[in-house]
Amino acid sequence: MPNDDVKIKVRNLTKYFGDLHVLDNISFDVKKGEFLCVVGPTGCGKTTFLNLLTKLIPPTSGELYINDEPADPKIHNISFAFQEPSAFPWLTVEQNLEFGLKIKNIPKDVIKTRVERIIKLLGLEQFRKSYPHQLSVSSEQRIIIGRSFAMYPDLLLMDEPYGQMDIKMRYYLEDEVIKLWKEFGSTVIFITHNIEEAVYLAERILILSNKPSTIKKEVVVDLPRPRDFTDPKFVEIRKYVTELIKWW
Amino acid sequence: MNNNNLLKKGRRMGDLKYMILSVISVLTFLLIWQLLVIFGVLSTRTIAAPTQVLVTFFEKFYSTAPDGATIFTNIAVSLKVSLTGFFSAIIIGTPLGMLMGWYKPLDRFIRPLFEIIRPIPPIAWIPLTILWVGIGLGAKAMIIFFSAFVPCVINSYTGIKLTSQVHVSVAKTFGASNFKIFRTVGVPSSMPMAFAGIRIALGNSWGTLVAAELLAANAGLGYMIMMGRQFVRPDVIILGMLTIGILGFIFTWIFTKIENVVVRWRTL
Ligand SMILES: Nc1ncnc2c1ncn2[C@@H]1O[C@H](COP(=O)(O)OP(=O)(O)OP(=O)(O)O)[C@@H](O)[C@H]1O
Ligand SMILES: [Mg+2]
Repeated sequence: MPNDDVKIKVRNLTKYFGDLHVLDNISFDVKKGEFLCVVGPTGCGKTTFLNLLTKLIPPTSGELYINDEPADPKIHNISFAFQEPSAFPWLTVEQNLEFGLKIKNIPKDVIKTRVERIIKLLGLEQFRKSYPHQLSVSSEQRIIIGRSFAMYPDLLLMDEPYGQMDIKMRYYLEDEVIKLWKEFGSTVIFITHNIEEAVYLAERILILSNKPSTIKKEVVVDLPRPRDFTDPKFVEIRKYVTELIKWW
Repeated sequence: MNNNNLLKKGRRMGDLKYMILSVISVLTFLLIWQLLVIFGVLSTRTIAAPTQVLVTFFEKFYSTAPDGATIFTNIAVSLKVSLTGFFSAIIIGTPLGMLMGWYKPLDRFIRPLFEIIRPIPPIAWIPLTILWVGIGLGAKAMIIFFSAFVPCVINSYTGIKLTSQVHVSVAKTFGASNFKIFRTVGVPSSMPMAFAGIRIALGNSWGTLVAAELLAANAGLGYMIMMGRQFVRPDVIILGMLTIGILGFIFTWIFTKIENVVVRWRTL
């Protein structure tokens, strides 16, 4: 019997680009509604890993399951917030939020309700008719996050979405993503370089090694929310994770 | 805020100043021209005074001399020819370029034919088209089509090739089929380039129109110009030239308006 709680199963995932061995035999599970952070050194294969999950590139070997079926964007409801800016410049904020829902042929009235909800949650009311380039970089990033959550995704992938942002905006958007995650109960895999960010967001952290990457360690973060960067327990976990990746 | 308004006002005053300068420039030019003709420096056999052109313009409202049609008939004939060719080129060329840019097999199949046709100047098609379809609307529209088709294809092709990979990936992860990605990502993102191509096509079709009518026609603005030469009527020639210029200007203006609406996201 499949375990109802397990949303994502990754089994023996291996990826080579030619001779370059990037991912080596990675296996793990993600529970339904879990917020999982993945940290790892630059170029270790984090983006590649997400590209495999969404079938943008084929694995060399290994399997990926969502709800016990092989992962397939045409069947599963997957959202991917990419590392680089990905709002559609020719669509308004509102149309950007609708984009994925239209692809999935969701009824018009449902689209409308969902988009309204996202606009309200993200406070984008005044920008609904604006185009992305008319907004600040951080607002543009919020469109992308909103577009992802609007799908009510089975699986939400976020690839260092706040990499380019200053610390203040980061904090703000981190809280925002937690708000949305709680509101929608999505399963999230969030990739970051930033250990503090990972400890702040995650219920569980996967630490990847250098290439060829394997899961070096799994750390459960069971701190109450909202979390406090200065809380001794927070600091302790942060130090522990930092210790684990010292050899990078 | 206030400062900004002042700036704007200043700019508008500047605009006005330049506008006045432009008007003065044109008026001076016309005046010198007029005087040169009046004082016989320029012969009326080779050039007509601006006032004479104006008189001929109003005469041509009803007079069919010397080319056999009023100015309106000539404009209508020319418009019909150029717009037929121009729009067929857009309707066929732009989607073709986009599809070729998106679907590799189609690209491989059509590209060689396209590369053969591409360097042939549109006017070189004239004799062959006359053999095929005579000198009627079809022939001239076809020549114009050739001139407008190439930029429509090339630009929309290049535009869609430049579609950002991350935008394609977004649609893909949402589960879109290849055709849906083409329609919802490729086509809109290539629109600015496609429009740049259509703009070139517009210029080409208007330019080729005159050439086509100079060589084979029995009405139209180009034909009117040619008849003006035969009957030694420089006023008619100049009237034809000016009409073509002004219509071309109006077209470009209308086109820019349409472009600004369609690719509004670019200009805002
Ligand atoms: N399509 C590809 N072809 C060949 N090599 C690739 C390809 N994509 C990624 N790589 C290589 O695979 C390795 C992992 O790349 P990836 O982008 O997944 O790393 P990353 O962990 O996301 O890095 P970053 O922290 O910079 O985002 C890198 O060495 C990269 O050069
Ligand atoms: Mg990456």
